[in-house]
Amino acid sequence: MSYISYITTAGPSSPVTRRYTLAPKAQELRRRRSCTHAICLIVIHVKDLFFSYGQADFSLRIAELNINDGESVAVTGSSGSGKTTLLNLIAGIALPASGRIETNGVDVGSLSESDRRKFRISAIGLVFQEFELLEYLTVLDNILLPFRVSRALPLTPDVRDRALALADEVEIADKLARYPDQLSQGERQRAAVCRALITRPPLLLADEPTGNLDPANTDRVLDILFDYANREVATLVTVTHDHDLIDRFSTVIDFKQFHASGTAEQPAEAVPPT
Amino acid sequence: MNDVLYLAWRYIAYHRIKTGILIASIMLIIYLPVGLNVLVDQSAQQLTARAGATPLLVGARGSPLELALNSLYFESDTPALTRYAEAERIGASELATPIPLYVRFRSRGQPIVGTTLDYFEFRGLSLAEGRMMATLGEAVIGATVAQRLSLGAGDAVVSSPETVFDLAGVYPLKMKITGVLAPNFSPDDEAIFVDVKTAWIMEGLGHGHQELASPEASSAVLSREGNRIVANASVVQYNEITEENIDSFHFHGDNAEFPLSAVMAVPVDQKSGVLLMGRYQGESDASQIIEPLSVIEELLGTVVSIQQFVVAAVVIVGLATVATAALVFMLSLRLRRREIDTMFKIGASRIHVSGTLVSEVIVVLVLAVLLAAVLTVLTSQYGTDLIENLILS
Repeated sequence: MSYISYITTAGPSSPVTRRYTLAPKAQELRRRRSCTHAICLIVIHVKDLFFSYGQADFSLRIAELNINDGESVAVTGSSGSGKTTLLNLIAGIALPASGRIETNGVDVGSLSESDRRKFRISAIGLVFQEFELLEYLTVLDNILLPFRVSRALPLTPDVRDRALALADEVEIADKLARYPDQLSQGERQRAAVCRALITRPPLLLADEPTGNLDPANTDRVLDILFDYANREVATLVTVTHDHDLIDRFSTVIDFKQFHASGTAEQPAEAVPPT
Repeated sequence: MNDVLYLAWRYIAYHRIKTGILIASIMLIIYLPVGLNVLVDQSAQQLTARAGATPLLVGARGSPLELALNSLYFESDTPALTRYAEAERIGASELATPIPLYVRFRSRGQPIVGTTLDYFEFRGLSLAEGRMMATLGEAVIGATVAQRLSLGAGDAVVSSPETVFDLAGVYPLKMKITGVLAPNFSPDDEAIFVDVKTAWIMEGLGHGHQELASPEASSAVLSREGNRIVANASVVQYNEITEENIDSFHFHGDNAEFPLSAVMAVPVDQKSGVLLMGRYQGESDASQIIEPLSVIEELLGTVVSIQQFVVAAVVIVGLATVATAALVFMLSLRLRRREIDTMFKIGASRIHVSGTLVSEVIVVLVLAVLLAAVLTVLTSQYGTDLIENLILS
């Protein structure tokens, strides 16, 4: 096992460390990358995080969580346990009340909102359960959307070529001129995945990407995500309810151990994974 | 910036029906007061120009407005009729030159104006083709009539019967066109001019028929008592005045009693005009004299008052429309909450998101303003036609 990911949680009990392995191809690609310093392995680092939604009866406390570069992580847990919140915190969409989150070595909480947006659009690919394609844009325009909504990403001919290549890869190249409502569910999610991949992000955050798909499309979409992650040695963090899919991931986080209901003043402590 | 406009345009293009309705609503709210203003200004200009060029009108007592509109624009109903004696009275006064007008009949929708050659001289009308009318049954047509009905010198026009059920009334009269007037850009372009006596023939006050003394008419003669010949209905009555039958045309009764819709009085000088007006001030007089400009300005005063009410109403409706448009936009924002959230989540810049939304509003407003401007220009270009077709008709 060349690469080891450490998921460490801290709480009343002692820290627990578990080991997972990456796919061999990813390991090989990972070796080719220039970063050799050990700290570069950790792409997501969470330390002493506490988050709550104002007065809502929800809080999240994570003593420590590390996810390594190139890892594929499945985050499971019951509805309302905070899985999506974790993705939002990692992406800088939400900010913790206290604690530290580093994503790709960047302390997300220290960035201004404008910089967080730039960071997100440049370094993170987001895939949503409901696809969230813009109804008034064609498939091609939806794929290119990140390049049309931020100055951080200039829209060049190369980007267009890449969009066409991605669409071809996920077999929607003949539907680029269509609008989302003219696509099947599977095609919509493939288009949404293309939008997430078009910026070549080193980190993919997918929030139940297969939740609305049939088994065939579920496998297809996951294949696309894993192929990309393996090819680009990107980190994939996926929230899923589907336990049949868990075997495909190198790491599994059962989220109920990080979350417990309680007030913001007295949050429940995270429990180490078993 | 291009991307912001592109996204805004894609949204507008995708929701083209909704956007179209919004643009049309805003456009109308902008256009209505502006267009109405242009229209009223133009109509005022047109009405006052014609009225100002017509010094005095004499007609039977009744509506001064009807008298003015009928005599100046050949529109509105025929006013209460006066008599030809009124023209003779004005002529006899030597205070003004009388120009008789008998505007009652129509041909294919165009007004037939019975008058004298003095009218052409007074209005400064010249011929573009042919010659002036010289005898009974001849007509000169305005430029627009010639173009609209594809008529020229040598063709003929037929007066329309007033009612198809009035068998004893006005018969159609076929008239030969002898000339076409040059465009004058006035109601004269829309008219068919005939001699006032030709108009009286249309009225049935004069007619031409088969010579009853001829052998061919003997079967129609019922009795002969000296010069008085009584015939039945089989006597051939002419409905066209030709060189062959013109001598058979004659009038029954005193010309002085024959009807006119108005007499245009062209005073010798200003003082004569005042004196002439004074002669019609008696309450017992069956006639009235009007200054067309005063009548039209009074009408315009009413129109402007109405315009102010309309503009006030439009402003109120406009405020309601603006409020509705704002509501539509806010509801649209609510409906697009997920879309905005998605853009925020993937990292769209605030400027791009808000810029896209604002651009949509700006594009809608700009398109509405542009369309309103185009409509206003069209109104100013074709305002005269609109006035004639929509208002005066």
